Amino acid sequence: MIQVKNLSKHYPDKVALEDINLTFPADHTTAIVGPSGSGKSTLLRSLNLLDRPDTGTLQIDQLILDLAKPLTNGQILQIRQKTAMVFQEKALFTHLTVLKNLTEGPIKVQKKSKEEAESSAKELLKQFNMTELANRYPYQLSGGQQQRVAILRALAMSPKYLLLDEPTSALDPELEAQVLRVLKELAKKEVSMVIVTHNMSFAEQVADQVVFIDDGHVGYAGPTDGFFHSNEKRIKQFLGAMSF
Amino acid sequence: MIDFFNLAVQYLPELFLTALKYTLPLTAISFFFGLIFASLTALVRVAKLPQNEWAAALLQIVKWIANAYVWFFRSTPLIVQLFIVFYGLPNAHIALFQSAWVSAITVFSLNTGAYASETIRASISSVPEVQKQAAESLGMTRAQVYLYVVLPQAARISIPPLSNSLIGLLKDTSLASVITIVEIFYLSQQIAAANYKVLSMYILVAMVYAFFTSILSIGQHYLEKYTSRFAQ
Repeated sequence: MIQVKNLSKHYPDKVALEDINLTFPADHTTAIVGPSGSGKSTLLRSLNLLDRPDTGTLQIDQLILDLAKPLTNGQILQIRQKTAMVFQEKALFTHLTVLKNLTEGPIKVQKKSKEEAESSAKELLKQFNMTELANRYPYQLSGGQQQRVAILRALAMSPKYLLLDEPTSALDPELEAQVLRVLKELAKKEVSMVIVTHNMSFAEQVADQVVFIDDGHVGYAGPTDGFFHSNEKRIKQFLGAMSF
Repeated sequence: MIDFFNLAVQYLPELFLTALKYTLPLTAISFFFGLIFASLTALVRVAKLPQNEWAAALLQIVKWIANAYVWFFRSTPLIVQLFIVFYGLPNAHIALFQSAWVSAITVFSLNTGAYASETIRASISSVPEVQKQAAESLGMTRAQVYLYVVLPQAARISIPPLSNSLIGLLKDTSLASVITIVEIFYLSQQIAAANYKVLSMYILVAMVYAFFTSILSIGQHYLEKYTSRFAQ
């Protein structure tokens, strides 16, 4: 379980997040939704400390961190070993082949042997029908393929929680569908996922719970059904704006 | 024309030998140290200030020194720098560099380092931020991010401009003649003074420079081809 309590982050001219209290249960998929600039990406990035909140606590399983205090590299590493991040786009290492993208973390961070890292990477590629991409460089892949490889790179670290920051927002609809299919498969396997998304039908189909972030505050946190059938004015307004 | 051909046969071997003994070692050694100065300076200049106040203050001072170094060597002529170090400092009883060789290598490497540090700094900055974040999110330390993700990509980007610096340096070693080093340009002057074949001797020495810089350009071409395998 990931839990944040009283989490706040202020920029000099703006409040990004204000007093956020949330729980992301293990083996579940949580979709974080909300208008652009509402703070949902900041929230997600706070979960693996790419963004550093000013105050609050972050708990991942047994590890509890007080974010107001300086963190040691060891603590940051512990958090990052339990989580893995998939970014919006273009986050693959462009100087490495797909296979090496997948083995870089396991070899350099987890100190696995090259053989071990490569065989599990190949296993992952096979499992997701991407074996033929192993020796290509990122520039030789379509946007959808790049994002699927990025997901596998995250999975190759065997994280407990997979964090995804609008992983399909830079893709054409058909490429988006390829990526969403992979995520749907993962969700079925009960991989713990927290995904920031603009795709409401995906959130409705796949998420076990929805977190609605509005202007730095939690506007809703609960079961997916409850969100999509909410009578709350602000939520209806948001969902209305997302459809046409 | 026959006259020129005879002069070439007579003096090219000596010019090449002198290039191997002076021009090339001066270039290679200065470039080696220049790259070390450049990398250190670039890393200092791109480094983010740490949270610890004392460490931040210390780094800030080092940043100022790095900036002053780059500023000085980029804003003064190479020949003036050579004169300051070889003639000026001993005159003020700061006899750090009495050897012409040590003076030349010091000035050439610091000068090249100042220019190349800008190249390396720009190359480092051109690696997309999201790749650094991706590496961090895998759990890499700051040092690992640089070693495994940033520097390999920055190296590729910096090959063309650094090749320019190397070629420029090779030609600039002709200035070592002003601090008594008899490298090929000085040698050609001495020969021309004796045989009065001024135009021919300077054309010959120009050919020797062009020969070696062309080899460097060809090397650059293959290096670029090899390192561009991961980019369009």
